[in-house]
Amino acid sequence: MRGLASAASAALAAACALSLAACAPETDAAAGDRTLTVLAAASLADVLEPIAADFENEHPGVDVVTSYAGSSDLAAQILEGAPADVFASADEANMDKVADLVAGTPAVFATNTLTIVVPEGDPMGIEDLASFAAPGIVSVICAPQVPCGAATATVAARAGVTLSPASEEASVTDVLGKVASGQADAGIVYVTDVARAEGVEAVPIEGAEAVVNRYPAAAMAGAAEPELAAAFVDHLSAQAARKALSDAGFGTP
Amino acid sequence: MSGPRWLVPLALLGALLVAAPLVGLMARASWGELWTLITAPESLEALALSLRTAVASTLLVIVLGVPLGFALRAVHGRVRAGLRAVLLAPLVLPPVVGGLALLYAFGRRGLIGAPLEDAGISVAYTTAAVVLAQTFVAMPFMVVSIESALAAHGERREAIAATLGASRTRILARITLPALGPALATGAVLAFARALGEFGATLTFAGSLAGVTRTAPLEIYLARETDPDAAVALSLVLLVVAVAVVAIAYRPAATRGLR
Repeated sequence: MRGLASAASAALAAACALSLAACAPETDAAAGDRTLTVLAAASLADVLEPIAADFENEHPGVDVVTSYAGSSDLAAQILEGAPADVFASADEANMDKVADLVAGTPAVFATNTLTIVVPEGDPMGIEDLASFAAPGIVSVICAPQVPCGAATATVAARAGVTLSPASEEASVTDVLGKVASGQADAGIVYVTDVARAEGVEAVPIEGAEAVVNRYPAAAMAGAAEPELAAAFVDHLSAQAARKALSDAGFGTP
Repeated sequence: MSGPRWLVPLALLGALLVAAPLVGLMARASWGELWTLITAPESLEALALSLRTAVASTLLVIVLGVPLGFALRAVHGRVRAGLRAVLLAPLVLPPVVGGLALLYAFGRRGLIGAPLEDAGISVAYTTAAVVLAQTFVAMPFMVVSIESALAAHGERREAIAATLGASRTRILARITLPALGPALATGAVLAFARALGEFGATLTFAGSLAGVTRTAPLEIYLARETDPDAAVALSLVLLVVAVAVVAIAYRPAATRGLR
């Protein structure tokens, strides 16, 4: 019985410690700090940080917490009830999935186009999409099920080229990784991906500018901070954010 | 042996933690369409590839893992501890780390991959790469299974056979291997299940192309994007296989305990 009593008190102590830790952030919130949770597409990871910092400066006491993942993963998380104030998607299809949970109309704040990516120095002499068909060239692209793959298929169809990739990846990051590590001679990714990767360079695709990926952002209906969320969405289309986005290679609408 | 009573609520909590996700998956399935979803061409192609590669890697695991188990018994002390740690590492290694490691060994620019590439042999993006990744992660099950069975088996009968003039190969084939039967079966079934479920290393190392490298787990990962129902249906197939495999593999262990 002594064993039982001491185990129970140990469990109680553990529970107290846990609840104290859980309480801590709420105590902070009561003191005036407000948190804005932004779920954003993985391709926005680098560029969104200074934009969020800017927003924090303009709104003292506000803490912007960003979480990056593939847009479809984020859309799934939102549908399953993940807390979010703002959703910034890499394509309109995934924003449409959560349309019922959005407050107001999503605003397109950035665009992206595709490019060929090759290892630095272009050792295999890739010049255009037609080079993908040359013998001995190992190419990787995104699977047609994901946004970058859908765009890739459109670009290839417009150019009249049949791609025969060695692999169809589920994310643009995996395509980039395989080219950067030399596992593939060429790949097709977004312009902004090449800009933030090392050991690779871009080879422009003729006509790629006609296939534009649009990035919509929206405040969520269930936002803990609805006004702040709306302000953040506006902030994404403001002058400073547009500059940061275009410096990172994004187009702005 | 039922332990003190306060273990019960903790055990219940533990059971909930394990069972809830499985029940959650089943609750999400669209049971009416299940058969249609599983027999869709993409699903069948992925399942068939998974089956083929898992069988191939299980055979490789038997051919290479059993000798490794013997080797582990042949060395002693720190050498054995060190060797065991290395051989069992894939068991606890994050799959993506395993994938990166395979990439730098067998990839186009890898330690072994680059010379092979020069010789005109390319492993990357082939079904062989999938088998390689699966064998890498599944091998430890066989090694550990054989090693512990050998430890329990002792060497008395082998010693007698040797005094009677039997060759080492004959002793292995006629005495040791038959005695290792249950351990070999357990190791093979667990290795098969692990191979079937392999995801991270395959994705990192072998790529993902329908019919060539896109195994069932990779198809699930991709289907999630556009067709969550299909992803859940395929997941259920793998879940059933996993439960069945564990039920089969742990039966001999249970009877051993009773004896």
